[in-house]
This record gives sequence, C-alpha cells and structure tokens, in this order.
Amino acid sequence: MKISPEQRQFARVLEIGMRAGLVLLVCGFGVYMSGWLPASVAPASLPEFWGLSVTEFRRVTGAPNGWDWLGRLGYGDTLPLFGIVVLCATTLAAIGVLLVSCLRRADRFYIAIAMLEILVLLLAASGVLTAH
Amino acid sequence: MSRTTYPFSRLAVFSALLACAPAAFAAEPAVAVAWWLWPLGLFVLCFVLGMLAVPAGVGGGVLFVPIVSGFFPFHLDFVRSAGLLVALAGALAAGPGLLRLGLADLRLALPLALVASTTSIVGALIGLALPIAVVQTALGMAILMIVMIMWRAKKSEFPQVERADRLSQALRIHGIFYDTSHGRNVEWRVHRTPLGIFLFALIGLLAGVFGLGAGWANVPALNLVMGVPLRLSAGSSGLILSIVDTSAAWVYINKGAVLAIIAAPSVIGMMLGARIGVRLLQIVNATVIRRLVIAILIFAGLRALGRGLGVWS
Repeated sequence: MKISPEQRQFARVLEIGMRAGLVLLVCGFGVYMSGWLPASVAPASLPEFWGLSVTEFRRVTGAPNGWDWLGRLGYGDTLPLFGIVVLCATTLAAIGVLLVSCLRRADRFYIAIAMLEILVLLLAASGVLTAH
Repeated sequence: MSRTTYPFSRLAVFSALLACAPAAFAAEPAVAVAWWLWPLGLFVLCFVLGMLAVPAGVGGGVLFVPIVSGFFPFHLDFVRSAGLLVALAGALAAGPGLLRLGLADLRLALPLALVASTTSIVGALIGLALPIAVVQTALGMAILMIVMIMWRAKKSEFPQVERADRLSQALRIHGIFYDTSHGRNVEWRVHRTPLGIFLFALIGLLAGVFGLGAGWANVPALNLVMGVPLRLSAGSSGLILSIVDTSAAWVYINKGAVLAIIAAPSVIGMMLGARIGVRLLQIVNATVIRRLVIAILIFAGLRALGRGLGVWS
C-alpha cells in the first residue's frame, strides 16, 4: 500500500499544529489559573456570568468578539484563546499545503475543492458572518 | 439472551429511572459551589468521557454537549463551542496517525468535508440565533435520534460496491488500504456519492447547530451509504470532522462564545482520557462500554428535552 506524499504532508502539518495548539492552550490556561496576568473577568466572578447567553455575556462583561481578542492577549482569560485559534488554523494550513501539491500535479478537481475549502474556512475565520 | 439482542427497551427503562432520580448536583445553585470546582469537575468528567468515547466508538462532542449542558451551570452557547473544540482536538490528535497508516483518505474526505463545513457554518449561525429553549428541545430530540442510529445501524466491514458512480470516478475516489486484521490489501471504491454529499450537508448543519461533532453520523454515511470499508470510514470520518468542526468553531470564536475556563479543561481532559481509552480498548468489553454510553446518552437526551420543554429545569 502506498500513501501519497500529499497525504503524508497533510498529516505532518496536522501533527505540528495540534501539538503547538495544545501546548499553547495548556500554558495559556496555566497562566490564567495562576493569576500571573490580570483577567478582564476574574475566575471567581465568572459563575455570575457563565449562565448568560453569549450576547448578554458580551454586553455585561465587555468581552471581545471577532478578532478583538488579539488586542487583549495581555489578559489571562484571553491568552488561552491563542492556543485554540492555533488548533483551528491547523486544518487551514494543512489544506493550503495540499493545494500546493494539487497545483504541482495539475489535479484540477482537487485544486478547485481545496481552494473552495480554503475560502469557506477563511470566510468563517474572518468574522464577516458574525460581524453584526 | 445474546449480547447482540440486548433489548433496547431495557436501556430505555434504565434511562427513564435515571431520569426520575433527583439530579441534586445540577439543581444546586452555581453560587453555592466554589468556582474552581466547576472547571475541575469539567476536567474530570471529560477525562472519563475521553476514556469511554474510544471503546464506544463515538467522538467526544456527542457525549460532551448533552451532559455538560444538562448538568453544569454554563449557557448552551459556551457548551456548544467547547463541544466543537473537544471534537476538533480529538480529530486532530488521531488524524496524522490514521493518514500515515492509510486508514483515512484525503481524496474521499475533502469533497465531503467541503459540503459539510459550508453547512456547519450555516448551522452555527442558526444555532446562535435560535431561542435557547428551541435549541435545548431540538438537542434532546437529536440525541435520542443519535441513540437510535447508534443502536440500530448495521455495519459492513467490506461493503460490496458493484460499480463506482460517475462523480466518484471523476474525483478518483478509490484506492487500496492494508487491512491488518486480515493481513491483506483491500481495494475499495464508492457509490451513491451524490446521496452521500447530501447526507454530509445535513450532518454539517447538525454539527454546527448543536456543536456535537459528527462522528456518529459520518461513519454510517460513509460505510452504509457510500460503501466505504468500515475501518477506512472510521478513519476518514475523523479527518472530515477536523475540517467541519473547524468551520463551525470559527463562528463561535468570532461571536465571543469561547470561554477559556470551559473550553481548556474540557479539551485537555478529553485528550488525556482518550489516551487511556485507547489502552482500555484492548482490555475492556467494547460492547458493554457502548451500552453504557447509549444509556448515558438517553439520560442526557431526556434531560435536554425536559429542560427545553420546561418540564425538568
């Protein structure tokens, strides 16, 4: 049985992204729980808010939406999001690598599919759909 | 009574009895419990769910969302986003190994993932826009439907595909994988691809609305509808899931629905538990674990339904 080179590359990117994301998530959460960084909502206060819908939660706590969290990486409760975003970006990176392989082989169906998938993921990640 | 004919009704009665029992810890007001007990409890629960999920052959998300939304004080918006992340992390962890072993196939997964990831975004937007009682009720019904699928769906290790359909031929969805249990190469191809694509559109929608992951539906759709060998279906399902859940998860992230205190212990607990689960798979009776998981799901499904209808708050 022969595993195609692009399948191996895809696996490699998934592995790197998963490990990096997990390490960042664990470290970020450790920092948050230890209280090394200030939190926009202290963990002890969260039980007052975590039963609210996300819209209410954002209104009451001023929590960020879209990519606003990037400007708040100095806060303990936002830092773990970085690891989560790396986990979510992993598939996008892997499909990007796959697209390059498909382009080299002129595999037109899969070039189209990979490009469309990248567009879908970018659209979801951009925040355009949730901007209002 | 043989194991395979274990009556469904017995599980239903067992679950109904469980459902009648007072869920004391769920009824406690959140303020009565030290805040740090909730993330700790979530970590422990996810560790246990991770251990059960592997031998039961389900993803973590399908167990996580109904149980955590039913028995923890978090709003469903935050639970669904964490559920997607739990399922995503599990799929990412398993994906590389499966791809290298040839137990997941990119050419098979990618077209289906494209359709399902598109509809999962729509599902996530719908789920966040609907009133919470509607989502809870629909979640309860969806979980009970999943139980039926898990209970009744047959499996075919090597489905017979007389002729590949035109679409799968055009996309060159076929191949050979090495089946270790039989020690031989298995040639595979698929049929009914248009129907498969339609089913994956529905699966993506449900994954987005409820944050459930989609392994419970991916495998039957690949194996029974499209004729993909069982082991390749299970492996490719994880790959599809990693793409589908990513799209829906982005919607929840951009809405601000990811709370680190819920998502982080869940993802970490589930991934650690799954590592133990892989070892458990070799020593425990998977059928017993599967029945236990089905019973838990019936209980959690009834709880979600009861909460949604306002009869079990």
